[in-house]
Amino acid sequence: MLLYLSNMIQEFIAWLFSLAGLPEAGVPYVSVFIKAIIIIVVIMMCVAYLTWLERKIHGLVARRKGPNVVGPIGLLQPIFDGVKLLLKEMIFPANANKFIFVLAPVITFLVALLGWVIIPVEKGVVFADLNVGVLYLLAVSSLAVYGIIMAGWASNSQYSFLGAIRSSSQMISYEIAMGVVIVCVVLLTGSLNMTKIVLAQQDLWFFIKLFPIAILFFIIIVAETNRHPFDLPEAEADIVAGYHTEYSGFIFALFFLAEYANMILMSSFFTILFLGGWLPLFDIAPLNLIPSFFWFVLKVIVCLWLMIQLRSILPRYRYDQLMRLGWKVFIPLSLLFFVFLAVLLRAINYIPAVY
Amino acid sequence: MENNRMQRIVDFLKSLLLIDIFKGIILTSKYMLFKKSVTINYPYEKSMVSYRFKGEHALRRYENGEERCIACKLCEAICPAQAITIMAEKRFDGSRRTISYDIDMSKCIYCGLCEEACPVDAIVETPNVEFSTETREELYYTKEKLLSNGERWENYLKQKMQELAVYK
Repeated sequence: MLLYLSNMIQEFIAWLFSLAGLPEAGVPYVSVFIKAIIIIVVIMMCVAYLTWLERKIHGLVARRKGPNVVGPIGLLQPIFDGVKLLLKEMIFPANANKFIFVLAPVITFLVALLGWVIIPVEKGVVFADLNVGVLYLLAVSSLAVYGIIMAGWASNSQYSFLGAIRSSSQMISYEIAMGVVIVCVVLLTGSLNMTKIVLAQQDLWFFIKLFPIAILFFIIIVAETNRHPFDLPEAEADIVAGYHTEYSGFIFALFFLAEYANMILMSSFFTILFLGGWLPLFDIAPLNLIPSFFWFVLKVIVCLWLMIQLRSILPRYRYDQLMRLGWKVFIPLSLLFFVFLAVLLRAINYIPAVY
Repeated sequence: MENNRMQRIVDFLKSLLLIDIFKGIILTSKYMLFKKSVTINYPYEKSMVSYRFKGEHALRRYENGEERCIACKLCEAICPAQAITIMAEKRFDGSRRTISYDIDMSKCIYCGLCEEACPVDAIVETPNVEFSTETREELYYTKEKLLSNGERWENYLKQKMQELAVYK
């Protein structure tokens, strides 16, 4: 369905070009540009309604109502929140390094969007079908830590600085385990290409094939996106709001958007690696008639829902517990599983199917 | 010792299998899906208020329109925040009445002692809490304001006095 839509856009632009008498060679560039803008708008809308969903879920769990005043069941709330943030004054701390102070949220936001380049939401619907897609995503997601460190340093505030330190050590420690888990997946697929990883799950999802580390990976992405119970970088109880303590107005909105965009990005990463991307639950009549795009969205929503609900269940980890979990539990577990899987695959002479 | 080790193994398995987290997900899902929200939609819905609730003050009159207050100044004396100021004078018919009865609502702590001290049930507290103002001056209540409050709430106050008469 989406493939059809994207071809439509391309043809429409080619038609416009022929009307205006412009050279044919410019068509792909312009159409990619327009598609990118569409994707960014769609992601921003998703982020807005993700915040709505989060507040609604927390409200229902606590037997409250959640946002319900602005629009039907509070559906206009995120838009009004956005308008409020845009209209608010931006306050710069007295001794802040203003250039880096403004640059930090921009980097965080950009990096959160960059990952979408290689996410295939449907077969063939992807900006760049890179052969090193997984590596690219790992690289981009680890760049996100720069934005946070810069924000913490440039704010010239001890809370921001503590938040930034915590965030950097947390992300670095969890990325190791994340890498090892991804290598396990790659052992089975024999490719780093996202589309091929999804197609390799046609017979059985990796969530079942690699069950224990799929759960591990889910916990790791919760930690990577700085969500509860691993949200130490912005722990309200001990360091006010962590790295974005000093931020207000539009530059705070960028951090906010980036955090939620990262959540969606990581959820789609999990969906692609373990939940079979756009593949239907079972390849039988009523299920595989639903457009594959909807399967992808459904799986991402399930992941996001779980991430949000975890926040209403769990208390925050203490810093040493977080480090213990990362270094003494996740890394050994994932390494052990990796060795086990490698030995097993060698023993049964497994050759990854090429799609 | 043996028991302790057993316990540690159980705890380890529990944390490894994420049992507590799944329990939490089930519990919160139950709350999310099956329990009704207990929120009161405030400006449109209000919760039940007890007759003993202490809100905005009011001065009452007798049925024939005569003011109840006899300017005994017991309320002024007992007020712990010293929010009440009364001035008294002999009226033309020789009875003792107030010429001014002021309450500084910004000082008042809503303890209800004035209401308890009053021998003629003149100063009472209504359940009204929605009397916020834009200026501080509007919170310096005069006798007229208090009497008009009394007129507004008379039906409620009559009922309140009947209900609470048992305990007096």
